[in-house]
Amino acid sequence: MRINALVIRILRQIIRDKRTMALLIFAPILVLSMLYLVFNGDDYIPKIGFVDIPEQIQDQLNLDDAEITQYDSIHQAKKALSNHELDAYFLFENQKPSVVLEGSDPSINGSVMKWMQTALKPLQQNAPQKEIAVDYLYGSSEMRQFDYIGPILLGFFIFFFVFLIAGVSFLRERTTGTLERLLSSPLRKWEIVMGYVIGFGIFTMIQATIIAWYSIYVLDMMMEGAFGYVLLITLLVSLTALTLGILLSSFANNELQMIQFIPLVIVPQVFFSGLFNLETVSSWLSWIGPITPLYYASEALRGVMIKGYGWDMIYKDLLILFGFSLLFMILNIAALRKYRKL
Amino acid sequence: MEEKIVTIHNVSRSFGKHQVLKNISLEMKSGEIFGLLGPSGAGKTTIVKQLVGLDLPSEGEIYLFQEKMPNLKLIEKTGYMAQSDALYGELSAKENLEFFAALYGLKGAKRKKRIKVVMETVSLSEHINKLVSTYSGGMKRRLSLAIALLHQPQLLILDEPTVGIDPVLRKSIWNAFYELKEIGTTIIVTTHVMDEAEKCDRLGMIRDGRLIALGTPEELKNKTNSTSIEEAFLVYGGAGNENKRSSHSNSSANYS
Repeated sequence: MRINALVIRILRQIIRDKRTMALLIFAPILVLSMLYLVFNGDDYIPKIGFVDIPEQIQDQLNLDDAEITQYDSIHQAKKALSNHELDAYFLFENQKPSVVLEGSDPSINGSVMKWMQTALKPLQQNAPQKEIAVDYLYGSSEMRQFDYIGPILLGFFIFFFVFLIAGVSFLRERTTGTLERLLSSPLRKWEIVMGYVIGFGIFTMIQATIIAWYSIYVLDMMMEGAFGYVLLITLLVSLTALTLGILLSSFANNELQMIQFIPLVIVPQVFFSGLFNLETVSSWLSWIGPITPLYYASEALRGVMIKGYGWDMIYKDLLILFGFSLLFMILNIAALRKYRKL
Repeated sequence: MEEKIVTIHNVSRSFGKHQVLKNISLEMKSGEIFGLLGPSGAGKTTIVKQLVGLDLPSEGEIYLFQEKMPNLKLIEKTGYMAQSDALYGELSAKENLEFFAALYGLKGAKRKKRIKVVMETVSLSEHINKLVSTYSGGMKRRLSLAIALLHQPQLLILDEPTVGIDPVLRKSIWNAFYELKEIGTTIIVTTHVMDEAEKCDRLGMIRDGRLIALGTPEELKNKTNSTSIEEAFLVYGGAGNENKRSSHSNSSANYS
């Protein structure tokens, strides 16, 4: 009987908390749907450039399942490759067929190589002695999947933990009444927000340094660019996570409700941050990526770590991340108006 | 010293359809200990929150030191002790005090001195280096009070300051209140403990968001022919016998 009473009480509590109930049902549906859409996306069609390939050779090739663009010079093709317009280009060097891959995404490398094998089959039958030379613009054939997803995971974990910890600690401030106590002191609202930003900023800088250092020097994550840029990016990531966490904590009444934001706010960002190839994601979902902070963080981190990008290539992503933080800070100050009107 | 420190003018407060305060007007003078007496849910805490600027009246105005609230300058002159102990459990008492002292701009030697003084006032000096999470309920209450006293405010607003504090300490805390009163501090205390109400200079009785009586404890008892504040409250609140109700029919009519 006591167990019965307990069961009834728990069920009642769950029914009272409509949000938790909705989360229990809709969050798994949401996450599963996203996984479905991400993994069952269209097959990737590689974009291949042909540099000055004689027409009689092209006629022999099997050109299905690829987007072919013709180039007159290597220079143009190279430019297209580094601008992401191409995944690889194909040319004859000293009568030998050779291919240059963009190389930063191992899964795209795979599809290009697979396509090459079918496409070039007729050619190799005629002249089997000709082997294809393979070259990479970034990375190499030894680049592991980990090197590709590493920068994203680095950004993600920093974002995730800072979000959660900052959110929960601000939530505690609210539920224990200390926030109200702060607001009954001469402390200004923006001072509270800045205090949190700086306090956690210092802490997260240490955290980011340790994680980045560990990933690069212990896990041997690929690192082409400057370590300082990685730190700068991760600092901005944690700033965004911090301000977003504090902001969302004002919509949670307890720690559990804070956790409920994970599948709604954090998980979708992972899907659209480039961990999976965004070009195969259904087009009606592709708008999600550019509105999430992690999308820009991943782009910048990957640029620095795999491609060795410098300031002029990443400053736009950094500005957008900073913009997100600024927006969340302003919203935070506005949200505190609920407690004190000045 | 008969300066008006607090003026509450026709204040009403509604949360949606629920009206928590109904047309309350009150004045408090400097050096006065004013008690807000009423059962829980009567609206005491709402009044207190409006006095410290955490809430705004739906109608009416509040003036502190004859300036309109909310105003950050007035907040600096006010010491506030909330009903819930707003303390950081993971910090020591000293760290809590240092944090709040810094918020009010206390620095260096002055800060050290004030921390020492307020901790003596609430008899917690020997526990100053302990973590607040190891404090008992009464100790936390006293530490909250100490924090409210830190910056020597001219107006002290204390929401149920002596809950969970034993009679001996309660007496010493009240002695501290009288000492503050001597130097001209105005103290507003909310309570639902009737014997504590007797210690106030003047009382405002609150029920269901209305001010049902106002006066010195003696006046209130005399007017209602009661021997205790508790009896007087019952008369004013309309919960006593029918005969006594007629004296205050207007406000009690709604309660039945």
